[in-house]
Amino acid sequence: MTSVLYDTPGPRAKRRNVLYTALFVVALAVIVWWVLGALDEKGQLAGEKWSPFVTDAQVWTTYLLPGLGDTLTAAALSIVIALPLGALLGIGRLSDHRWVTVPVGAVVEFFRAIPVLLLMMFANQAYVQFADIESEVRPLYAVVTGLVLYNASVIAEIVRAGILALPNGQSDAARAIGMRKGQTMAYVLLPQAVTAMLPALVSQLVVIVKDTALGGAMLGFTELLSQNRQITANYGANTIAAFTVIALIFIALNFLLTSCASWLEGRIRRGKRGTGAVVTGGLGDDLTGAGAGATTGGLPTVPRQTTVSAGADETQPTA
Amino acid sequence: MFDFLDSGQYDLLGAFWVTVQLTLYSAIGSLIWGTLLAGMRVSPVPLMRVFGTAYVNLVRNTPLTVIILACSLGLNQTLGITLGGGDFKDIGFRLAVLGLVAYTGTFVCEALRSGINTVPVGQAEAARALGLSFTQVLTLVVLPQAFRSVVAPLANVLIALTKNTTVAAAISAAEAAYLMKSMIENESDALLAVFAVFALGFVLLTLPTGLLLGWVSKRVAVKR
Repeated sequence: MTSVLYDTPGPRAKRRNVLYTALFVVALAVIVWWVLGALDEKGQLAGEKWSPFVTDAQVWTTYLLPGLGDTLTAAALSIVIALPLGALLGIGRLSDHRWVTVPVGAVVEFFRAIPVLLLMMFANQAYVQFADIESEVRPLYAVVTGLVLYNASVIAEIVRAGILALPNGQSDAARAIGMRKGQTMAYVLLPQAVTAMLPALVSQLVVIVKDTALGGAMLGFTELLSQNRQITANYGANTIAAFTVIALIFIALNFLLTSCASWLEGRIRRGKRGTGAVVTGGLGDDLTGAGAGATTGGLPTVPRQTTVSAGADETQPTA
Repeated sequence: MFDFLDSGQYDLLGAFWVTVQLTLYSAIGSLIWGTLLAGMRVSPVPLMRVFGTAYVNLVRNTPLTVIILACSLGLNQTLGITLGGGDFKDIGFRLAVLGLVAYTGTFVCEALRSGINTVPVGQAEAARALGLSFTQVLTLVVLPQAFRSVVAPLANVLIALTKNTTVAAAISAAEAAYLMKSMIENESDALLAVFAVFALGFVLLTLPTGLLLGWVSKRVAVKR
């Protein structure tokens, strides 16, 4: 890779880079050695703490896979419910009538400003008091409720950004052939915006998967993370091993989703059909709009084109 | 309905003060760590680039809850690291800052990297033509301009960080969500009021941050 930030290394720079590499390796090795030493001292490296994950199928069939199943159930339910809700809110925010945009805007900004954990805890307690839901499935309901409320408002912003990312000519042309506002939205803008939004929506799925872990830690939802308690209780306090395996499953799942999102983004950008407008999901955290949406010339470390990050300046949670 | 506010039983302001402290310490830490990571990711040393990329991709895809719980159960309870002793709330606080810095640093890094992207190529080329080294190009020419263009994205990171501090409730750091958890159980007849108070608290924390930094980002943006 060549970069504009530094010259192509000559003989001296090459020697210096080797030196830096060596120093960096030493620094990393010291840290790794210290961590392994600390783990070994507490007996966390012992083979029997790690072997169940390879030799004992039960640890997977009893704990990890059902946990992963619950995580995926909650995430799938949340996105399926949040999508139409978010689309409605997003379109509502683009309405021509103030009596629609103001309340919808208030709802969206309110739920985006509150931590999702607060929503989950509130939903959980509300279900305890006001609804007749069995205590077994209550955490799932609470987690899904919290995630839906939060993500619907985030998706609303993604939808809005997706529609705003389309060239003006699209709605002008629709008006010119005599379409109504509703028709323009339904037949011209939305179908194109959905394509543009896909990468952002998949990135949002990563956020949802990560947030389900909150339910495990705080509400007793039996998702993947909460299984570490069961596993460490049954397989001899192998905290480190259990956390490593659980984190790796999360990482693999989210990495798959992230790769899917960037594949979609590239496909839409290269595609000959459509306008090439893309909404990226910021950086894939619960921070829509963290991507700086580079549109003008710059140092080529990240590909640039007509990108609109959901929640660029005007959509920050400020109003 | 709002009787619980007068009862003196709950230290609401204290809890939100812990939230603010958590946010501030983590923000400073993750700004430093994120800048270092961004430097690594664009550096001429291949191994540093690999490390930066691997770290960002691994940590960004891990749920924050897993990181924070691993700090508590793994680092503290299994390995006995206390980061300076004190009672369990102090330890929980420091471990939460550690976890938040490790996690948020990746987002600061990615925001900065896209900021580096907005600096015109000519700037770095001119700097190199003057004979500046990589570190000088980065710290004297590119990063100052990059920072100015990423104030708005960094504000979003800060707002997300403010909301993410609630995860520290999982390891008993005495911040707002931890207090809310006990309050909604004790004051169950005023559930809505309790939720409203805490929601308002977070709106009051995130709203001025967004407004202020939005104004700052317009002021400092490099006009091109």
